[in-house]
Amino acid sequence: MVENRPFFTFLSHFIVLVGVLIVFFPVWMTFVASTHDQATMLRAPVPLLPGTHLIENYRTVLLEGYGQRFGSNPMLHTLINSMIMALGVAIGKIAISIIAAFAIVYFRFPARMFFFWAIFVTLMLPVEIRIVPTYGVVASLGMLDSYAGLIIPVIASATATFLFRQFFLSVPDELAEAARVDGASPMRFFWDILLPMSRTSIAALFVIQFIYGWNQYLWPLLITTKESYYTMVMTVSRQANVVDSVPSWNLLMAMAMLAMLPPVLVVVFMQRLFVRGLVETEK
Amino acid sequence: MEKRVTFDNRLLPYLLLAPQIVVTLVFFFWPTAQAIWQSVLIEDAFGGNSRFVWFENFERLFNDPGYYASVRLTVVFSFLVAGLGLALSLLFAVMADRVIRGAETYKTFLIWPYAVAPAVAGVLWGFLFNPSIGIVAWMLQGVGIEFNYVINGNQALLLVVLASVWTQLSYNFLFFLAGLQSIPRSLIEAAAIDGAGPGRRFWDIVFPLLSPTGFFLLVINVIYAFIGTFGVISSLTQGGPGRATEILVYKVYNDGFRGQDLGGSAAQSVLMMIVLVLLTFVQFRFIERRVHY
Repeated sequence: MVENRPFFTFLSHFIVLVGVLIVFFPVWMTFVASTHDQATMLRAPVPLLPGTHLIENYRTVLLEGYGQRFGSNPMLHTLINSMIMALGVAIGKIAISIIAAFAIVYFRFPARMFFFWAIFVTLMLPVEIRIVPTYGVVASLGMLDSYAGLIIPVIASATATFLFRQFFLSVPDELAEAARVDGASPMRFFWDILLPMSRTSIAALFVIQFIYGWNQYLWPLLITTKESYYTMVMTVSRQANVVDSVPSWNLLMAMAMLAMLPPVLVVVFMQRLFVRGLVETEK
Repeated sequence: MEKRVTFDNRLLPYLLLAPQIVVTLVFFFWPTAQAIWQSVLIEDAFGGNSRFVWFENFERLFNDPGYYASVRLTVVFSFLVAGLGLALSLLFAVMADRVIRGAETYKTFLIWPYAVAPAVAGVLWGFLFNPSIGIVAWMLQGVGIEFNYVINGNQALLLVVLASVWTQLSYNFLFFLAGLQSIPRSLIEAAAIDGAGPGRRFWDIVFPLLSPTGFFLLVINVIYAFIGTFGVISSLTQGGPGRATEILVYKVYNDGFRGQDLGGSAAQSVLMMIVLVLLTFVQFRFIERRVHY
């Protein structure tokens, strides 16, 4: 701070605190709702402080699901699906893009720039706007209701390839030169030198892609018809839209908490990597 | 930029590229081509009977007042989401940057909503404003405002905007804070010595230096409002009541999957693709300039 203005400093703290409160409030209310019983959550005003049904609600949701009438897939299973999808997307994306970036940066071959641009254009068009034909393609490949169908179409994007390309370009040429002089094969160079050097970039990207995969919504909503393949985020949204005469807000909000918790924990505990990944993928 | 030292191998680079190229071909180029192809066909919803109709689908769109309504709505919605989101996050970032003690703590408290899926954010905000038990709706009723987003279109739009801004706030905040922290302190100090107050320093020094970040975020936020808010709308209003919150990306989905109007939906996809390509182009042009800034 340049000069000392106690009132202005106080005002700054105050405004940021208001921001923090705005950000926290919806989640606090969700948490509170998930700790009460059903009857409490049907009367306005709803309580502002947590109740005593926390363990009971979460146990019900995890082991039995929301309610019998809409099918009752235990959320434990749905959480595992989300985890499989998030990990699959993160690992898949990193794996295919790191080798593609390696090829583009470290080799000269015909049509190199053509491939580069072919990957590049995917940056521009997210799956949401070509959702109908993509669904058709996945259906005709018989990939509806499968983990492959959940994961593979989502990993077709160029962000990760570009990140690795940028990183590889910043690696000193001397390393590749030395490897060549010593007679190392390209793959040997990749495994023993490039990959270890990329560790931080890989970790940062993993954090971002894990969140991206976990939070996929429209795609799993479309291609899954069996509950055994539902993911957490889409289940919460689906359930919220079911017109229910006596809604179980307590259970729905417990499900919402479960859908938020893993990615939020990742951001909080891997903040440094998260920030780095976010900044790098947007370069 | 190119590498000076490369490896020689005829087959290997193609093998390395193959997985990504295959995935891109099958799940990107094929569907995109199909979208373009479908946009010039009229298809029977039940059989494979389709007719080549040139640009009839586009003509139909351009003669459809509903489409223009959705375009207008999307523009208003993007303006609100980007405007409100950028203004709030800039305010918070400037304030957090001022308080050196605690800035990092505030950052931790403000960035985690990034991890909340828009679809889940929609559920959360729907709960707060639920007409029968929502705490905010109840409080508004206490001061005489009847808030029912299920039947009131403007209120539904407002709620969708709020939930969308909430989700995007942390992203904007993070980039604004990084931008602020990269402004040399000496500039601010020099201005302060010359007698410029905090407001003057902000508008004459900080704001211009922050404008590249601001412009970058503007493009990102507009793209987010166009596409990323799908989950919010789907969870909260599903485009309703009526068509009060049916922005273009939701209309593509609604017409294609619910209305079974494949040609019309594909034509909308193609138009959106063009807009997005233009936006991305603007973004890249700008990023190139930012490097020389």
